[in-house]
Amino acid sequence: MMKMRKFVKAAFPILALAMIVLLAGCSNQVMVLDPKGPIGAGQRDLIVISTILCAIILVPVFALTAWIVWRYRDSKDNKAAYKPNWSHSNTLETIWWGIPIVIILILAIVTARYTYALEPSKALQSEKKPVTVQVTSLDWKWLFMYPEQGIATVNYLQIPEGTPIKFELTSDAPMNSFWIPQLGGQIYSMSGMAMTLYLQADEIGHYFGTAANFSGEHFADMTFDVNATSQADFDAWVAKTKQAPTTLTMDGYEALAKPGKSGVQYFSSIPDGLFQHIVTKYANGQMIHTEPGMRTPQHKMKEESVVDEVKKPQQPDYKAPMDHGSMNNH
Amino acid sequence: MRMLDSIKQFASEFFVTGDPMILGAQVSIGLSMVAMVVVLTMFKKWGWLWREWLTSVDHKRIGIMYIICSIMMLFRGGVDALLMRMQLAMPDNQFLQPEHYNQIFTTHGVIMILFMAMPLMFGLFNIVVPLQIGARDVAYPFLNSLSFWMFFWGAMLFNVSFVIGGSPDAGWLSYPPLSELSHSPGIGQNFYIWGIQISGIGSLATGINFIVTILKMRTPGMTLMKMPMFTWSVFSSCVIIIFAFPILTVTLALLFLDRFVGAHFFTLDGGGNPMMYINLIWMWGHPEVYIVVLPAFGIFSDVVSTFSKKKLFGYKSMVFAMLIISLLSFFTWVHHFFTMGSGADVNIFFAISTMAIAIPTGVKIFNWLFTMYRGRLKFTTPMLWTIAFIPCFVVGGMTGVLLSVAPADFQFHNSYFLIAHFHQVLIGGVAFGYFAGLYYWWPKMFGFSLNEHLGKWAFWLWNIGFYVCFMPQYFLGLDGMTRRTYTYSWDMGWGPLNLVSTIGGFLMGIGFLFQVWQIAHSIKFIKQHRASGDPWDGRTLEWSIPSPAPIYNFAVLPTVKTTDEWWEQKQNKSAATKGDVHYEPIHMPKNSAIPFIKSTLWFFAGFGFVWGWLWLAIPAMIGVAICMIARSFSYDTDYYIPVEEIKQTEAAWKGAKV
Repeated sequence: MMKMRKFVKAAFPILALAMIVLLAGCSNQVMVLDPKGPIGAGQRDLIVISTILCAIILVPVFALTAWIVWRYRDSKDNKAAYKPNWSHSNTLETIWWGIPIVIILILAIVTARYTYALEPSKALQSEKKPVTVQVTSLDWKWLFMYPEQGIATVNYLQIPEGTPIKFELTSDAPMNSFWIPQLGGQIYSMSGMAMTLYLQADEIGHYFGTAANFSGEHFADMTFDVNATSQADFDAWVAKTKQAPTTLTMDGYEALAKPGKSGVQYFSSIPDGLFQHIVTKYANGQMIHTEPGMRTPQHKMKEESVVDEVKKPQQPDYKAPMDHGSMNNH
Repeated sequence: MRMLDSIKQFASEFFVTGDPMILGAQVSIGLSMVAMVVVLTMFKKWGWLWREWLTSVDHKRIGIMYIICSIMMLFRGGVDALLMRMQLAMPDNQFLQPEHYNQIFTTHGVIMILFMAMPLMFGLFNIVVPLQIGARDVAYPFLNSLSFWMFFWGAMLFNVSFVIGGSPDAGWLSYPPLSELSHSPGIGQNFYIWGIQISGIGSLATGINFIVTILKMRTPGMTLMKMPMFTWSVFSSCVIIIFAFPILTVTLALLFLDRFVGAHFFTLDGGGNPMMYINLIWMWGHPEVYIVVLPAFGIFSDVVSTFSKKKLFGYKSMVFAMLIISLLSFFTWVHHFFTMGSGADVNIFFAISTMAIAIPTGVKIFNWLFTMYRGRLKFTTPMLWTIAFIPCFVVGGMTGVLLSVAPADFQFHNSYFLIAHFHQVLIGGVAFGYFAGLYYWWPKMFGFSLNEHLGKWAFWLWNIGFYVCFMPQYFLGLDGMTRRTYTYSWDMGWGPLNLVSTIGGFLMGIGFLFQVWQIAHSIKFIKQHRASGDPWDGRTLEWSIPSPAPIYNFAVLPTVKTTDEWWEQKQNKSAATKGDVHYEPIHMPKNSAIPFIKSTLWFFAGFGFVWGWLWLAIPAMIGVAICMIARSFSYDTDYYIPVEEIKQTEAAWKGAKV
């Protein structure tokens, strides 16, 4: 026992140091707990509520463990009761089946309510008309298209503050996940479907955006800056981007979609139906809404082209493509 | 000249080249193989190795081989972990390139779960279960040996990718389309499929073997509700294995067909769907974590009651809780992808089914606490790991409940919060549990105990290291750091916490070195560490026989009247001192070379499929078939140990005891 105490003593400075660093780490608020939009705020509240509910079990268990381990240690002068055959009590067992059941029940109800409230495809209540941004995850960059404004960017997102943003997400690469921690939780971007995610920034500022699902070699480089500005600044930025020297063409898109990293890019225009094309091009192996003269996407490896030749031509299935995601709001 | 060039070309594709670290590993692997051959030849140990180990069907030997392999895999998985931590210790670090980092986190995950936790668990199953239920071996000793060698060669096939062909790099669950030929054209992904596939067949067979052993091989009087809690935990774990592992086998087979013959199960072209893979792999993957954690619960139950000198509290509750966890584990898999847009209704169902697992788990925690309550606690190393497990697992379980709250999971998913959570339950629950079990049953395996002093050093290093390593990661996750990111920029401000985390990782690494030292030290000073048959004042049948157990385990099968049979026998000494014991010849299985040969052939078949070399794969598969036929027609598979030999063995033990 003496030896053990020595160990604890030796370990104490290390633990204390770790605690100080940890607390220092928390002092400037971490992103998820410092939300700047309604979805993020709702999720933060839910995290706090569920943590408190868990703490109801956690704290007594900690105290009980420490007390029992101390009280019933095996030492000669320990006068605590010793009952080697005491191994059953209906009352006690009912209590500790009961309490967790009650807590989980409460948590389940809270979770269910919040799940409906925070459903990502549900439109946010606002007087303002939402701005739509079509998001495509590529190897290894993000393409943001603003269909209403007719512009596009790569790895940079500018949005007006206080306005709901309707993100429509798809992928033209291995699936990824689109996450802006301070605005709200993430959602996957997957080929062959378009997912919807509503977010809103309540404050002007720069927010960190990132890819959250591993997609290969340069996954770590898929971060982007989210710049929430006033409506006026946003409009000015749109107008300025419209003057950008480069336009996004179908061919330009195919080049962009090739694996590789990218810095920030701006495009003054986007081709009609590009997003639809990306979403539907994988549906049942068929090209739907093909533009005349469009090439087959070339990012697939050569090995597959052998297989492609064998594939039987199919009738396009118009029902299939868009329904996987949640294009229609609930 | 052309031939020389083509050989060069082949060698550069076959061997992983161009990385000094891997070159170092290649050289050291080569040297240690040469050293092994030299040592075995010099000491004329080849025959011994073949007769006593490679062809053995003795569950105790097989258990020891499992444990040796798993400790080696723990070393490799641990080195992977420390390499990752070194890369992440600083922002914009250039220690590892992204391709290399991606390979390392993939192999770290696969090795730690499938080639470290699983075999360590199977090792403990093998050593303990037959002894606890009063059996002479498992139900199918031949199959048991086959299981081990399938695991061994599967693990070898996976590990060889490190130096030959290149490691897989699509994550430990290899989601398509990333793992498909279109995005992972290399050989690594094939190693992943075949390494896991071959060892997975072994795991499935072990699951079946132990279910039958537990149901059919119990000694007279041991009803199901008198079984030791570890045996119950093995039973509930094996129930999950036999339902979950076939899903894994099928899923990987389909992925292989996609890659090998251009099928479209999980590609979007041709009408497949990657979501199908993700559902299937988690239908195995989620139960898998309960497969590894339930036996740890069993170990804690046995350890806590032994070192509290008290009966386990709430036996029936414990059994019921474990069986309910086995069942619920199959209804939670979607919580791994709440963020894939299944919609609110589906998410709510899986959120609640996940939370519900916290109820039986919480009950178990209380039962362990109240086993200690009114007991007399001895703080031996197994008990220390058990006590440390409780707060650690409670926090890990709590963060698990937080993750199960679907809308909140949108913020936790794929972040370091998740990483911290599952390491807390897998290290705090599984690793702590298996360490407790290893220390607890070590004397039973080898006849000597491990040095407690060094064991306590290892314990404290691991524990402090654990919290220093993983507590910062919760905050990193909440601060937006995603898993599998190989670096981050200075402006993120994640540097300090990552550095702390890395320090913690190295503390655990030092803890591991202390454990190795502890084993080496205890072997060197083996005389001071000799253990009797019952070194801990145990409660269950395995402590009623010598350490290590004789080949036949029990000279006479004991008759069981209560749950803690051996403890009760010691309490009523009069009943134990019987007169002359009546021995009978003992029926035992004969060693067989077939499991070793057949699994080796599987290795070559797997290696052939990995490279697409049908000239190797097909003959190897034919060899596998021949082994099966040979086994079907071999009738000389068992023998009897004569009474005389039993008498001698028992007399030697009793003589030593006096």
